[in-house]
Amino acid sequence: MSRPSVPRRADLRLIAELVTPGGRVLDVGCGDGTLLETLETEKQVEGQGIEIRNNRVEACMRRGLTVIQGDADTDLPDFPDRAFDYVILSQALQNMHRPREVLDQLLRIGRRAIVSFPNLGHWRARLTLLWRGRMPIVETNGMPRSWYDTPNIHLCTIRDFLVMCETLGITVEEGHAVGRDGSLRRLGAGTAWETLWTHQAVYVLTRSRRAPNGG
Amino acid sequence: MEIEAATVDFEPIFALDGKLKLQSQVELAGTQCAYQTYGTLNADRSNAIMICHGLTGDQYVAGTNPLTGRAGWWDHVVGPGLVLDTDQYFVICTNVLGGCLGTTGPSTINPDTGQPWNMDFPVFTVADMVDLQVHLIDALGIDQLFAVIGASMGGMMALDWAARHPERVFASIPVAASWRHTAQNIAFHEVGRRAITADADWHDGAYRGLGVKPEKGLAAARMVAHITYLSETAFQEKFGRELPRDSKLSFVLDPEFEVERYLDHQGKTFVQRFDAASYMYLTRAMDYFDLAARHDGDLAAVFKGVGTRFLLVSFTSDWLFPTAESRTIVRALNANAADVSFIEIPADYGHDSFLIESATDFHDVLEGFLDGSARRRGLKP
Repeated sequence: MSRPSVPRRADLRLIAELVTPGGRVLDVGCGDGTLLETLETEKQVEGQGIEIRNNRVEACMRRGLTVIQGDADTDLPDFPDRAFDYVILSQALQNMHRPREVLDQLLRIGRRAIVSFPNLGHWRARLTLLWRGRMPIVETNGMPRSWYDTPNIHLCTIRDFLVMCETLGITVEEGHAVGRDGSLRRLGAGTAWETLWTHQAVYVLTRSRRAPNGG
Repeated sequence: MEIEAATVDFEPIFALDGKLKLQSQVELAGTQCAYQTYGTLNADRSNAIMICHGLTGDQYVAGTNPLTGRAGWWDHVVGPGLVLDTDQYFVICTNVLGGCLGTTGPSTINPDTGQPWNMDFPVFTVADMVDLQVHLIDALGIDQLFAVIGASMGGMMALDWAARHPERVFASIPVAASWRHTAQNIAFHEVGRRAITADADWHDGAYRGLGVKPEKGLAAARMVAHITYLSETAFQEKFGRELPRDSKLSFVLDPEFEVERYLDHQGKTFVQRFDAASYMYLTRAMDYFDLAARHDGDLAAVFKGVGTRFLLVSFTSDWLFPTAESRTIVRALNANAADVSFIEIPADYGHDSFLIESATDFHDVLEGFLDGSARRRGLKP
């Protein structure tokens, strides 16, 4: 059997720490299942994944993980309310066709959601656009991709994200900035300074009430 | 070489005490069920896997099939060290109710008349086939199967097991399955049945004892069915427009293309091992299958409170039981936040991809799921 490995990605290591032990976890866009496997081994959760790419689904299944080949954009509405203690969306929000609806669904089917995404408000991205007049290149799974072949179709800044959460009646429980070197910093209210300096953001979200126009 | 079914010893055979109550409310007396087992049942009887065969499959999963003299239909999957590892698991496969290899069906004797049932055999359903298997595991002292696995009609059975007997199934693996037979599925079956009943040797199903069998009709039924089991790609790659011998058209209407000769061969070998009346009844049982019918079409309601783990597998080129059917089942399971895995395996071979020895992706997925399930069930560290 494959040994559970420590996730190489800093945001995944952080997410693994943020999840409280036990309970059910849904990892939306679970990739090859590294995070799910870590959570099952170290946090004794009952994990389930959704992944769109066939070879990744197969990789998860080889590891004995529970995973559905599916599409987060369309499949989340199937699940009942509060079916999971945590729903995780790591580095996938920007790949969604309807990120707003997906976020809304995450908070419907999970008591808490943990979302990580690249911050387009980072100064490097801003400089690229301002000085070079070129689209910032955002890495996907460690691969820099040009604007024409990137799966990142809905990039946003930390502030954009927090505004959307507010619209959907979603409360931010805690936020963390993940640096390029894997360093961690606590995030506050999404100030201009935070937006400028955060490379990747990880937020723990909850919602005590249904959004007025959510779902 | 043809071996008459009557000359084969189908032991072991389980004889049901009392009557088998069918979905039609008919009570069937003297029901017997022929089955094969592989591996050893462990001390707490928790390592049993039930394999449910497809429409024309049989209980001879592995080893040599005594009827055909060839390897069992899943010989590359079931055995020591294989995906369904008989060093770990106790594998059971029954000849389904209505089959023609030792289990009670139209070709066996009606105890009331002493004559073969023929067309007097009651129409039965997939659920009835499952219930006979439930009686068998009762007799074997197995409270809960570790897994039920089946493809096609066997997949219907794996679904029915979990839906109606969830406490008896730890994990259910419906492969290339559907939650109901579609209008198109029923239509193909009806063509097959019509071919059989149009055969002059059919004699309204009473051909037994007359020294004839509706072989032409059954072969035609098999040919049609076989087309539905493969994909267009498989046919094209295997045969294209190939002609035997000198590759010239002969300007005759007799079978000439390689694909025609292949289908002819499929039909001819099939009638040697399968009974036409069984084929009539079993196709009917599949046609009647609709898991949601008991819940007014609400498939999600079928799986309410079901604690069974699921793995659903479909194949990209399967147009008979396409991926959309499996996805519908997955969505119904998700609506119950059930423990479900699903994958669509890229495969060119069509519906029959589950039988192919080179389908290693499928086998890896199966093995991974069984390993994960065995850890959860406490069968493995």
